[in-house]
Amino acid sequence: MISVENLTKSFGDNVVLDHISTAFPAEETTVILGPSGSGKSTFLRSLNLLERPESGVLHLEDLTIDYAQPISSKTTLAARQVTEMVFQSFNLFPHLTVLKNIIEGPVHVLKTPKADAEKEARELLQQVGLADKADSYPAQLSGGQAQRVAIARSLAMHPRYILLDEPTSALDPELELEVLKVLLKIHDENQSMIIVTHNMSFAKQVANKILFLEHGKMRYDGPTAGFFNSDDARIQAFLASMTFTL
Amino acid sequence: MWKIITEALPQLIVAGLKYTIPIAVISFIIGLALALVVALTRISTKRGAFNILRWIAGFYVWLFRSTPLLVQLFIVYFGLPYLIIPGLAPTGIKLDPYTAGIITFSLNTGAYCAETVRAALLSVPEGQWEAAYAIGMNRSLVLRRIIIPQALRTALPPLSNSFIGLVKDTSLAASITIVEMFEVSQQIAAANYQPLLMYSLVALIYAVFCTVLSWLQKWLENKSSAYLQTTQGGAHS
Ligand SMILES: Nc1ncnc2c1ncn2[C@@H]1O[C@H](COP(=O)(O)OP(=O)(O)O)[C@@H](O)[C@H]1O
Ligand SMILES: [Mg+2]
Repeated sequence: MISVENLTKSFGDNVVLDHISTAFPAEETTVILGPSGSGKSTFLRSLNLLERPESGVLHLEDLTIDYAQPISSKTTLAARQVTEMVFQSFNLFPHLTVLKNIIEGPVHVLKTPKADAEKEARELLQQVGLADKADSYPAQLSGGQAQRVAIARSLAMHPRYILLDEPTSALDPELELEVLKVLLKIHDENQSMIIVTHNMSFAKQVANKILFLEHGKMRYDGPTAGFFNSDDARIQAFLASMTFTL
Repeated sequence: MWKIITEALPQLIVAGLKYTIPIAVISFIIGLALALVVALTRISTKRGAFNILRWIAGFYVWLFRSTPLLVQLFIVYFGLPYLIIPGLAPTGIKLDPYTAGIITFSLNTGAYCAETVRAALLSVPEGQWEAAYAIGMNRSLVLRRIIIPQALRTALPPLSNSFIGLVKDTSLAASITIVEMFEVSQQIAAANYQPLLMYSLVALIYAVFCTVLSWLQKWLENKSSAYLQTTQGGAHS
């Protein structure tokens, strides 16, 4: 399980995370919602040490990281084995083929034999519906295909959790759909996920738990139904702003 | 006139292939290795001893880019014999002209290439670092597997230009007694009293060398950036 206690992070005098404490149950999907600039990305990135809060404690399975203390590079590398990150802008490696993108981590970080890594990479490509793209370069893919490769790349590392920061925000609606379908499938296979998204119907369908951030503060931390039926005026205002109504 | 040309041409081409090109190639390889080390030092964010290394790297680049190459050659070949270091070099540092030439050309081209490589390293998007860190790579693996391969492709055109520039700059080696192509042309001109013809001829050979190199550059660029081609055939930016 991943959990955090009192994560606090500021950029200058802008408090972006204000004593955030919560837990992310294993084998479940937690969705993080909140207005733009509320600290969702900073929070997610704090879970794999791409961002360093000033204080707070992060528990990653049996690893404990106290952000108030110096963190060794060994601990950083160990922490990043627990999670994998899927980025809004995909961040595939443009100089490597799709297959090589996927085996890069397994071969060079996990030291998996290349043949095994390739075999698994092809299975993962099959799973995300891109078996025929193994030898393509990222520039030859559509956004939806690129993001599905990025998801396969993260799965290849066998992380306990996959962290996804607005994975479909850069995509056209029909491409968004193909990515969301893949995520739903992974969710059904009990892969633990933490997803930041602006897609409310997807959140409703996939989330076992909702976190709602506003100005760096946790405004809601509980079951999905409770969030969408909340009588909290702030949450209702947020939901209204995310839904197009005539 | 044809007789003069057909006599001089083989001598010039032999000097070019035996000295000009090898001096340029060896110096460039050493310079490029140096450039990579200097560029990586300058972009490193480590503290402590690295502050001093970064300063030294910056000083080196500044020094070689702000003094003329010809003066650098003179200092290394004619000047260093007068540098007496008790214990290490009690009789001064005397280098044979080829060693002096290659050292100077390497240091000079290394300083220019260091800036090219540094800019190319910095041009790789931040997201590439993050994606590589996220899969658990340490900094040196990120550099080696993800950043440097992309940066070198970006740096290829300016690096090729530096190499072509170096091929022409080796003509300065004539001034420190290296018998490379330009020196040979001077010797022939002194003997046959045809300076216009001889210097035009040697200029033409430099032009041919550089043209061939720029074709090679085009070919390499196309090959190394093939991964940026979309299926439609256009290049992604
Ligand atoms: N590197 C940074 N430097 C300064 N301010 C930042 C930086 N990253 C994020 N911020 C600020 O932190 C706040 C939260 O940003 P972010 O976590 O990206 O929010 P969200 O993902 O919810 O849109 C914003 O006000 C943003 O301007
Ligand atoms: Mg964000």
